[in-house]
Amino acid sequence: MKGMLSLNVLTGILNSMIALATPFLYAAIGETFAQSAGVVNLGVDGIMLLAGFAAFFVALTTGNLWLGLLAAIGVGILMGLVMSLVSVTLKAEQGVSGIGLYMFGLGMSSLLFKVLIGTVKTIEGFKPVSIPFLSQIPYLGPILFHNSVLVYGAFLLVPLSWVILEKTSLGLKIKAVGQNPAAADSLGISVVGIRYFAVCLGSALAGVAGASLSISLLNLFQDNLTSGQGFIAVALVYFGGWSPLGVLAGSLLFSAVNSIQLWMQVLGVNLPASVAVMLPYILTILALMLSSNRARQPAALNKPFDRSEN
Amino acid sequence: MKSKRIAIALAMIVALTMGAFAAPLRIAVIMPSATTDMAFSQSMWSALVTIQKEMGGESALQLKYTDNMWNVPDAAAAIRDYASQGFDIVIAHGSQYGSSVQDIAPDFPKTTFAWGTDVNTFGLPNVYAYTAAAEQGGFVNGVLAARLTKSKKIGVTGPIEVGDAKTYIDGFVQGVQSVNKAIAVSKTWTGSFSDVALMTAAAKTHIANGADILTGSSQSVVGSIGAAKDKGGVLWFGTQADQASLASALVVASQVYDWTGMLREIVAQHKAGVLGGKTYVLTLANGGLKMAFNPAYKLAPAAKKAADDAIAGISKGSIAVQP
Amino acid sequence: MPASGSDLVKGDKPASTFDWAKVLLNGALPLAGVVIALAIAGIFLALLKTDPMTAYAAMVNGALGSTFGLTMTLVKATPLLLVGLGICIAFRANVINIGAEGQIIMGALAGAVVPISMPNAPGWFLITAACVAGFASGALWGFIPGILKAKMRVNEILSTIMMNAIALQFMNFLLQGPLMDPENIKRGTFLAQSARIPQQAWLPRLVPQTLLHAGLILAILLAIVVYIFLWRTTIGYEIRAVGLSPDASRYSGISVPFNVALSLTLAGGFAGLAGVVEVIGVQHRLMDGLTSGYGFTGIVAALLGGLHPLGLIPASIFFGGLLVGADKMQRAVQIPSALVTAILGMIVLLVSGAGIWARRWSAKRLAGGRRTAGGGRSAGSGRSAGSGPTAGGERATEAH
Repeated sequence: MKGMLSLNVLTGILNSMIALATPFLYAAIGETFAQSAGVVNLGVDGIMLLAGFAAFFVALTTGNLWLGLLAAIGVGILMGLVMSLVSVTLKAEQGVSGIGLYMFGLGMSSLLFKVLIGTVKTIEGFKPVSIPFLSQIPYLGPILFHNSVLVYGAFLLVPLSWVILEKTSLGLKIKAVGQNPAAADSLGISVVGIRYFAVCLGSALAGVAGASLSISLLNLFQDNLTSGQGFIAVALVYFGGWSPLGVLAGSLLFSAVNSIQLWMQVLGVNLPASVAVMLPYILTILALMLSSNRARQPAALNKPFDRSEN
Repeated sequence: MKSKRIAIALAMIVALTMGAFAAPLRIAVIMPSATTDMAFSQSMWSALVTIQKEMGGESALQLKYTDNMWNVPDAAAAIRDYASQGFDIVIAHGSQYGSSVQDIAPDFPKTTFAWGTDVNTFGLPNVYAYTAAAEQGGFVNGVLAARLTKSKKIGVTGPIEVGDAKTYIDGFVQGVQSVNKAIAVSKTWTGSFSDVALMTAAAKTHIANGADILTGSSQSVVGSIGAAKDKGGVLWFGTQADQASLASALVVASQVYDWTGMLREIVAQHKAGVLGGKTYVLTLANGGLKMAFNPAYKLAPAAKKAADDAIAGISKGSIAVQP
Repeated sequence: MPASGSDLVKGDKPASTFDWAKVLLNGALPLAGVVIALAIAGIFLALLKTDPMTAYAAMVNGALGSTFGLTMTLVKATPLLLVGLGICIAFRANVINIGAEGQIIMGALAGAVVPISMPNAPGWFLITAACVAGFASGALWGFIPGILKAKMRVNEILSTIMMNAIALQFMNFLLQGPLMDPENIKRGTFLAQSARIPQQAWLPRLVPQTLLHAGLILAILLAIVVYIFLWRTTIGYEIRAVGLSPDASRYSGISVPFNVALSLTLAGGFAGLAGVVEVIGVQHRLMDGLTSGYGFTGIVAALLGGLHPLGLIPASIFFGGLLVGADKMQRAVQIPSALVTAILGMIVLLVSGAGIWARRWSAKRLAGGRRTAGGGRSAGSGRSAGSGPTAGGERATEAH
């Protein structure tokens, strides 16, 4: 265990942590918007997969990574529209519609991968970009300030989304719709419109999460690439108490423990691998148990709104 | 005599036309993951496609598949369904399908069932079992890796310590140690066959720890190759499929599962009326396991010779590798 | 979500058993959703140069066209029904149980360990012990998130998703080590499987040469038991009360946290039982991948069944048939199974959206019909009855 405290290990943990946290940040913050407006979207993993494939395919065939990113956002918005149609307009049971969306995204991405590409290929994804001056800071500089644009984007999204939710009238509307849609409706806020927007924004961000995997961090597409990370992202929204800062804490905690357990395995710490792999999940529960932050969930979460009932 | 020659010619013509109009052989295969996984399932599927081409295409060999069958009762339904549709050979390509094959095979005595990776034919005359001695190729890779590593640190990124992932890696470690016991081989297991992101992080961790050679198994290992490529200068040894296409300059060698030899024999046996009762083990000796040396990587002659010696030794039996 | 205020009167018969029109509508609408989804899917099939009609004919034939197909439908329905029953109980307390995947695993573990460790015990004992142990392990796996929610307000969606992963790794740990089949170790194959459970512990098969096993009967019996439990016992009443109106329940002295924990525990128990039944009824050993996504498809089945234990029986058979038919379709027209998954996803999406028409229709009926007593949420009959400071916008409820 002593080897764990060396500088090399600590910087390695930090590096892995940032890479692992990036997709969680995009997807979980996106889901935070949707849930703040009162809609649970369990289909995040499916969106990440289909959008991640779209990004990869477009980047592979056109050679343009930004077009790929755009494709991912487009697919995300499309799937968000489907989710909104089913869950907001048709007032479906959101847990179930989310599962349907997940299955659709999973199946569609595998199908298109098989039919359009057929075998695993790699591409040159977004390359790390150094931020001048900052990346020269000893030790921390190269880790924090030498990353791809999508990684920077994920972390910048935290303060940006916090500002939107807490300090803008849009954020206020979103939260109002999630807390008391009847009151919001009587104030002239379009509950349906805001919910559609929040869900589509959330899905677009889930799309970027998928793209961050396929055209930035991993630079490939493989069947079931996300392997359930979308569900972890949804869980992190609850951990974070519907606040982007809380989501950041949760993403970092989960990813940090994952990085640490990998280092423990590499350094030969005497712990069965399965137990090591369990650690991020156990610690996330423990952390929530011990934290005193008990944000109340949006009161209208998972409850479709029907004006005729009020 | 002329009439005899005519008779023979007629017989030949009849035989040829009968051959031409003979019904195609029908093979169905059930697999637990996608045919694109660049690992277990893809190896069998590409072998079948190769055999089909060899035999003359769809008219000679009809292939049907069902992939992503990780649910055993669903796979059992598929196996039974294909058998009852009259398929000649049903391949249950997944170790979890054993009990299903055991239950179903007796009901279809005219159908050949082949399943793997295991060595149990249940004493049934129409069942073949097959497996791959993955530890053999692992050993060869290990020998090469031990000779090529400069940092004397090698990283292994594995999914779950079971099946041929385990046997490959155990063979690899033996191979490394047969060259130099002082080399540190550290292993990580991600607990999943599909989590590419975690596999990538594992590979990066090994690299950050100083490993300059990586190996591993499962479909998620494409992430490790990506990490090696990212860092540059980290070499890769693969298994189950030829992974050179993913990182041409870095992949030194891959152990390739070549099921075609076994398939050819099963097909020929079936046509001759033998439906099963044998276990096939892919080994270096019988060509079922092939070491694919990546031509894009310049392998030093001394290292190549060591690898060839290892292959020869294992094939002859002078080197024993424990699974 | 749970039913109207009339449900709060103890001992009252739920309306649905007499509201045949409602029952028919609840059945017809999902079917309509399926048809629309299949129509959309037909476009994808056509793009893949497959004739949709051939494909769908194969689907129907697969589920209904043979003894084997029918029995496979019932085989798949069994775990769906068991998991769904648990989901149903949890939903009645307004708790969504996403932890069934992990609970199934824990139940299956017990279901395998008990018979394997006692290879000479009589069959009836092993089967009973395995079921009890499986229920208990699953219940434990539901209890932990339940108590964390009740005592420490840890959100149950978070804890159950985490517990799913922990259970999976725990099973991996056991399968790689103490539970690995000694035969496999001897043969050097090291497969992620346990030893075969002793034959006397296998659930009897109902139809020879098929996989249909007695677990189906157990599941159907339990559906009736759950129905009685929810509508005929005090505890069941309290669970439903907590789900319908937490505030009114508190005023009546019913503990919301306790009932939330209880419902999650019971839900876990049923999921655990599904795991046992898969092990002793179908696979006869523990192996990786045994959950087959039932933890999620069980939620879909529960909703198709109107969150009612008796409705769950036809719903799980229907959904099981859908899954079996889809597999047959894959084999018949040779489409990648990924397309089958996508089609199933479309079906779930559309069926979940179909519910609105049932509710609108029943809302209209109720508006002209009986008023409900205060303390519940009424369907479209004007302002929602005052039930404390809950947020407005509660959905129109189905009068079950």
